[in-house]
Amino acid sequence: MADKFKVAIVGSGPAGMSAAGRAAESGVSHVLLEKADHLSDTIYKYQKGKFVMATPEVLPLRSPMSFQAGIREDILRTWDEQTAGHKANVRFKNEVTAIKGQKGKFELTVLGGPAVEAEYVVLCIGLQGNLRKVECAGADRPWVQYQLDDPDAYSDETIIVIGAGDAAIENAVALARQNKVIVVNRRDEFARAKQGNLNLITEAIDKGVIECFYNSEPKEIGDNFIVLTTADGEAKVECNRVIARLGADPPRRFVESCGIKFPSKDRAALPELSGSYESNVPGLYILGALGGYPLIKQAMNQGYEVVEFIEGRPVKPADEPLLEAKFANINAGVDETLQRIRQNVPLLSSLTTLQLREFMIDSTVHTPPRGDVIFARNDYTNSLYSIVQGKVGIQVNPTNPAEMIELGQGQFFGEMGLISGRRRTATIVAASDDCVLIETPRRSMIKLVNSVAAVKKVLDQTAMGRQIQTQLAPEVPTAELQEVVETAKIESHPAGTVLFNEGDQGDAIYLIRRGSVTVSRAIAGRNLVLSYVPAGNYVGEMALLSRAPRSATIKTAVATEVVKLDGAAFTKVLDKHPSLREKLENKYEQRMVENVRMEEAPESGGLIEFLVAQGVGEATDVLLIDESLCVRCDNCEKACAETHGGTSRLDREAGPTFASIHVPTSCRHCEHPHCMADCPADAIHRAPNGEVFIDDKCIGCGNCERNCPYQVIHMAAKPPAKPGLLQWLLFGAGPGPGEDLGAKKVKSDSPKLAVKCDMCKDLAAGPACVRACPTGAAIRVNPEQFFAMTIRG
Amino acid sequence: MHESVLVYRRFRYLKWAVTLTVVSLLAYIFHSPAEPANGGTWLGYTLGTIGVGLIVWLAWFGIRKRSYANPEIKLEDWLSAHVYLGLSLIFVATLHTGFQFGWNVHTLAYVLMMLVIVSGAFGLYAYVRYPKLMTENRRGVSLDAMIVEMAEIDRETRELGAKLTDEIRDLVFDAVENTRIGGSVRRQLESGRSGRTVAAIARIREIIPLPSREQTEDGRRLISLLTRKNELVLRARNDVMYKAMMDIWLYVHVPLTFALLASLIAHVIAVFFYW
Ligand SMILES: Cc1cc2nc3c(=O)[nH]c(=O)nc-3n(C[C@H](O)[C@H](O)[C@H](O)COP(=O)(O)OP(=O)(O)OC[C@H]3O[C@@H](n4cnc5c(N)ncnc54)[C@H](O)[C@@H]3O)c2cc1C
Ligand code: HEM
Ligand code: HEM
Ligand code: SF4
Ligand code: SF4
Repeated sequence: MADKFKVAIVGSGPAGMSAAGRAAESGVSHVLLEKADHLSDTIYKYQKGKFVMATPEVLPLRSPMSFQAGIREDILRTWDEQTAGHKANVRFKNEVTAIKGQKGKFELTVLGGPAVEAEYVVLCIGLQGNLRKVECAGADRPWVQYQLDDPDAYSDETIIVIGAGDAAIENAVALARQNKVIVVNRRDEFARAKQGNLNLITEAIDKGVIECFYNSEPKEIGDNFIVLTTADGEAKVECNRVIARLGADPPRRFVESCGIKFPSKDRAALPELSGSYESNVPGLYILGALGGYPLIKQAMNQGYEVVEFIEGRPVKPADEPLLEAKFANINAGVDETLQRIRQNVPLLSSLTTLQLREFMIDSTVHTPPRGDVIFARNDYTNSLYSIVQGKVGIQVNPTNPAEMIELGQGQFFGEMGLISGRRRTATIVAASDDCVLIETPRRSMIKLVNSVAAVKKVLDQTAMGRQIQTQLAPEVPTAELQEVVETAKIESHPAGTVLFNEGDQGDAIYLIRRGSVTVSRAIAGRNLVLSYVPAGNYVGEMALLSRAPRSATIKTAVATEVVKLDGAAFTKVLDKHPSLREKLENKYEQRMVENVRMEEAPESGGLIEFLVAQGVGEATDVLLIDESLCVRCDNCEKACAETHGGTSRLDREAGPTFASIHVPTSCRHCEHPHCMADCPADAIHRAPNGEVFIDDKCIGCGNCERNCPYQVIHMAAKPPAKPGLLQWLLFGAGPGPGEDLGAKKVKSDSPKLAVKCDMCKDLAAGPACVRACPTGAAIRVNPEQFFAMTIRG
Repeated sequence: MHESVLVYRRFRYLKWAVTLTVVSLLAYIFHSPAEPANGGTWLGYTLGTIGVGLIVWLAWFGIRKRSYANPEIKLEDWLSAHVYLGLSLIFVATLHTGFQFGWNVHTLAYVLMMLVIVSGAFGLYAYVRYPKLMTENRRGVSLDAMIVEMAEIDRETRELGAKLTDEIRDLVFDAVENTRIGGSVRRQLESGRSGRTVAAIARIREIIPLPSREQTEDGRRLISLLTRKNELVLRARNDVMYKAMMDIWLYVHVPLTFALLASLIAHVIAVFFYW
């Protein structure tokens, strides 16, 4: 017999706990099922003493539980007390493993407790997922652990680390300082790890500091040994401890098994929800991080609201005042405006009310007067604009601003910057007096594109047509390009994919819409890089024009998206438009000349290849140090620290060198910044000049630090202020400018937040590191220009 | 792209410095004062004032170097000017003195200035010469990584040594214990392989072959490890030496700058009050 309740709440994070509190407070029969033995496991696992932020500040809190910014321990204690105070019905160590049935009668299978039957289910299990366990005999022994809080707590042990991801490597390397460490890797390389970690572990293994079993898996764990199946049979290894870091299974599979649908396979896709957080399964509600609301306060508000919805008491969402403020400049009510947006903008018409609300909270409404510049050519912004009302003009000819193409109500613009991550290709101005535009940041667009298939389709089709027109054939009327556009295909490729090989047959032209490629040719048995082609350009025209096999190999330098154009369809257009053919032929000749020059100077090709291998291909601006000039004075680092609250964001010495060009560990301001991907507080942005920076909304969750493949973000607390220059000079008050703080400890009440290079966007004269270099060794360059200069010699 | 201090902006400051020098020289040649040329003539006063101005401005570089947030500063610009105009002081100041040297505070200032300039010139030489040597010497391996590898070799050679004869064990132990990287200033400035390791290798060579075949093989392996270690010692010491060369002259350049400023004040006061 299952226990019966009206509402079963699964997961006791901020969302679930708040829902249970509200249910208890208003006398609704409920149970809160939590798999851990304490409330709110995600927050419980934050590092000790972490300062938890309560963003967004403008959002009011609506919950029976209180929450304000503070130390993790205090917040958890308050929640424990209040949950007990409200007499919420919590069952710890109760993990829900299946949810079946429908509204009115759901059946929940529970591991560690009695089964539960409920009329409604509120699912708020967050995104942390389940840690993967070792699957072999003896895996439950107490000395097999899945977390490592303090590597320095162990010494002189033999420790087996299972796994090949970043966590495993970081643990192994840290433990190896005081212990003998043996890594067990299921594969023959560390493919999933970040470059920096990969270097660390391979170096440690090469040096013999760490031992590694490749192609191996645990078979049995005994009292003080482990048996591994390896490529050459079994191996028994004595050890004191096993640490398994196998990652976590995202909760998606479990959620799907409950009947909930996701609109696409993409990792960023969110389940579709109604305005009252109800999923496609009636009676099953999804809240919090799992539903796409990654902040504590939002999750708590939803917990309150969902109980009201279930009880049939309509509430205005807590974000209502935010939207009201957003729409203040067009003097219209929230519902009315949302309605109008949906009617006027086809791109957004397929959104649910909830999606549209969230979309609008992230967006900004602009009402520019006629003639105002919305964004300028060569800006680095990457937001998307939709036209709710009025007209805008695109200045297609940079030399003559009067030459404009107009876009009207319902259309959108700015998609090229969004897709390519590069500078804007044209200036856009308001072209009527009644303009109402919605500007949506990249992050929300990406979420939307991955969650609503219709949006992706419209966006891709429109963008493709516009790109073929503007970047390949501006002189050809749109109608005549129709066949080319219809036969064109968008392809995405990971870094290192060959689009075609030298000698292949084929006449397709590739328009690069995102990422970049290298052009290379086999010369004297060596693959020589001849050129680097970034987004916004095309490759493959040589074979089409010469009707010969491919003359070079094209390989993607980073994750790349191309528009593949059918050769036959394009040839027809060429035949009709000799001026276009001539343009292509000119480009062809120019490339031939450059190729010949590069073949004579293979070192330059080597340098390009090296930099591309360092991921510089996806950078928009990278710090390069010429080691034949650098006197290792570290004035660059000091300048960085002095102009950025005492913490340097660059590590000069770290990083590889090729032919005296050194790539230090410093932000490259990627075209598609990996660091932005999972920032719950939306604190990472790109400024118009291209700087990727973190603003003061950062909550210190560390996601960006993990997501950046180049290890350029770290978490740091603000160090205390230093005495001034004169005080130091005249009275010897230390530490002086550029000097270390020494033993002075950082005050513990300043939270650790993410810090990274912002290219000194607030200093008019540009990056302090470069300006502080006395010898001219340090420069910041746009790789595209750098490569172009390298190629031209 | 990269541009070194010397060629910075197509030798802009070299041109300035040459102009200053040539003008001072011409003035000195065509100037025919009543008395022998010295600091007291109108040209003497002019050159002296220019000289003091330059010195104060050159010393100001130390503050500029630390004004990180000041948007007007590009340090390379300043250093390029510092170097060339600093060198032109040799002419400006010497002509100011009219070659009237003696055992007095005036000449003390002059000597101090020349020392600062000479140390600066050495620094410039170091800045031009060592960065490249340092990169080549490192071959992509950081000093820390070299030290880690040496420690690993030390561990292994000690183990091997302990398995062989007592003499070998002591030789290896002695070589490991007495090989230092860096340390005192003198040590930092000297490079070279470890003498004890060289001696140990030579001695082990002598007593090989050892009684058993296995021991002989271990002995050979020991020799190859010690040789590798000594190559690393050389590279690590070179690394330390290059860095020290690039740093050490500043410990002369800066204190002498302060001494120079003090003696200049004395000089100027002296000539005004007691002349
Ligand atoms: C390091 C870090 C720092 C952060 N800092 C902040 C901050 O300062 N401010 C801020 O607003 N946000 C912050 N966040 C985001 C915030 O933690 C989350 O948005 C929030 O916890 C989401 O709440 P939730 O209720 O949706 O899910 P969670 O808090 O993830 O809670 C899910 C709960 O469900 C339980 N559970 C999972 N599966 C089951 C199951 N099958 N059966 C039963 N129970 C289950 C889990 O044990 C867990 O207790 C941070 C996130 C991280 C990772
Ligand atoms: C404001 C700037 C200066 C003024 C007004 C000044 C003034 C003078 C005067 C009046 C003399 C002549 C003294 C005499 O004949 O006995 C003199 C000599 C001299 N000055 Fe200067 N001077 C200046 C800067 C300098 C500088 C920058 C230096 C070099 C560092 C310098 C080094 C000398 C020397 C070596 C002599 C020769 C001393 C001697 O005659 O014995 N002076 N100066
Ligand atoms: C009287 C003349 C000079 C004075 C007073 C002077 C003073 C200074 C001072 C105060 C510094 C700052 C050092 C620091 O704080 O780290 C400096 C740096 C330096 N000077 Fe001079 N200097 C003089 C002449 C020269 C000359 C002639 C040269 C070269 C030919 C030179 C080369 C340098 C160099 C290379 C640096 C180091 C720059 C750096 O690493 O930041 N100087 N000098
Ligand atoms: S400031 Fe310039 S010379 Fe000094 S360490 Fe940095 S790059 Fe090298
Ligand atoms: S922090 Fe890392 S991911 Fe983000 S822009 Fe810089 S280099 Fe790219």
